[in-house]
Amino acid sequence: MSTIREKEQEIIDEFELFDDWMDKYNVIIELGKSLPPIKEEHKQEKFLIRGCQARVWLHADYKNGKVVYTADSDALITKGIIALLIRVLSGQPPRDIIDADLSFIDRIGLKDHLSQTRSNGLINMIKQMKLYALAFQKTRSTKQ
Amino acid sequence: MSIQPDILRQAFPILGRQVNNQPLVYLDNAATTHKPTAVIDRLRQYYESENSNIHRAAHLLSQQATEAHEQARSSVQSFINARQQHEVIFTRGTTEALNLVAFSFCKKFVRAGDEILISAMEHHSNIVPWQIACQEHQAVLKIIPMNEKGDLQMDEYRDMLGSKTRLVSVTHVSNALGTINPVKEIIDLAHQQNVPVLIDGAQAVPHMPVDVQDLDCDFYCFSGHKMYGPMGVGILYGKEEWLAKMPPYQSGGEMIKEVSFRKTTYNELPFKFEAGTPNVADILGMEAAIRFIRELGYAPVAEHENDLLQYAIENLKKLDNVRFIGTPAKRAGVVSFIFNDIHPYDTGTILDKMGIAVRTGHHCAQPIMDFYQVPGTVRISLAVYNTRQEIDVLINALKTVREMFG
Ligand SMILES: Cc1ncc(COP(=O)(O)O)c(C=O)c1O
Repeated sequence: MSTIREKEQEIIDEFELFDDWMDKYNVIIELGKSLPPIKEEHKQEKFLIRGCQARVWLHADYKNGKVVYTADSDALITKGIIALLIRVLSGQPPRDIIDADLSFIDRIGLKDHLSQTRSNGLINMIKQMKLYALAFQKTRSTKQ
Repeated sequence: MSIQPDILRQAFPILGRQVNNQPLVYLDNAATTHKPTAVIDRLRQYYESENSNIHRAAHLLSQQATEAHEQARSSVQSFINARQQHEVIFTRGTTEALNLVAFSFCKKFVRAGDEILISAMEHHSNIVPWQIACQEHQAVLKIIPMNEKGDLQMDEYRDMLGSKTRLVSVTHVSNALGTINPVKEIIDLAHQQNVPVLIDGAQAVPHMPVDVQDLDCDFYCFSGHKMYGPMGVGILYGKEEWLAKMPPYQSGGEMIKEVSFRKTTYNELPFKFEAGTPNVADILGMEAAIRFIRELGYAPVAEHENDLLQYAIENLKKLDNVRFIGTPAKRAGVVSFIFNDIHPYDTGTILDKMGIAVRTGHHCAQPIMDFYQVPGTVRISLAVYNTRQEIDVLINALKTVREMFG
């Protein structure tokens, strides 16, 4: 399994092929459409991350020392970016997730989607992904 | 003279810039309008050659700044046809004006069990201050409902007015739907029961003449930055009979007559409500904006903007899956819509990429979004410098959005 860094690099390489913003967004939209669905029981208030504009649902499981995320959003572009985040972070050990700087988002020119004014829930989603990792990390160390 | 946007646009330096490598198409004027050179120059001139604190010193600069400041007040007075100059209070904006009234009026006149009426289409800044004041005084906030079209239900309103009603506060024009409310009728009905009325005019003054004596409203407020003026300045108009009885909102310098550690007496109107150093530069900038609007004349402005509104609506109707949010009987400046199958955030993102600035989201009016059960809308809001060609660019961009997501 590749590390977070390797996966980020993969995505950067893939996106380097596009010099037209529209091609890039078409890919993100496709990624959004093909994001594996979150379970209905996880698409609830409890798992909702509120943005001012778009809503995001995030669920996390801890299996064999790895964090597995599923997520959804009502906006497709947000969903596409979520697909990228999941591709990078899901299946990784908590420590690595906590340390990830996710600079690939900036490198592929999507940083403005993470600004506060967009308030699409993505910033809070990343925070929440890291909080899950932190929580799993703690449960593991208390078990040991 | 009718508006010639191509010439007029030259007075707005920012309209020449590019966004995401495309010429800017700015259709977010309800959030804030751009500023003509006359306003920008006024700010510069003040700081370059007039800057001084006012009402304080005997030196020449201070004297001149004081005069300019009071002259601006008189310009505002004549702009809205207030009866007296001291009925015009300078504030930071509509929000501060609303907070001032909610605080001071309620402190003096509202008691437990009393009622305040606002409408279902208010901006958050005409909701939250009343919620806080009602909580403080154990009063009840009641909401005048609207219908599916985005028009207020006047029968309901009539029934809600009663002996417990202390104040009605409604918007002149809705920032989310564009509805022009029948404010004159709203005021008349309230006055029949001796209830004063505040009108939030933030979205009205950019589009239509306001005569506070003709309306007979008790309070009226608006922001400079939404009418081609600077940010950070706004107006509260209030009838003297109310303002004189209301306690100060903020306190400090300027608003006092005499201070000792035992007792302080307050200054007279309007200074009682203007604590601290005022925003002289922006107040003068706002005066320049008033001059700008007056030179254009409201009639040609309205004619031009209504033409654009109709043109936009006509062309939006031709797109698939469009749902208009708000189809009010009378409309100013704003069209809100969504594509049934595309999230407003997605629409807004692609439009931005194409250099088009619209607002997506709830427009600080979440109750309206709940009413229509939408996550937000795409809002087009117009100013006098917009053109039919910009609407064409928008419609083409929306076609692209439909191709990408549809
Ligand atoms: C109807 C209405 N009321 C009040 C406000 C608040 O104005 P400001 O932010 O300038 O204080 C706005 C601004 O969007 C508005 O549209």
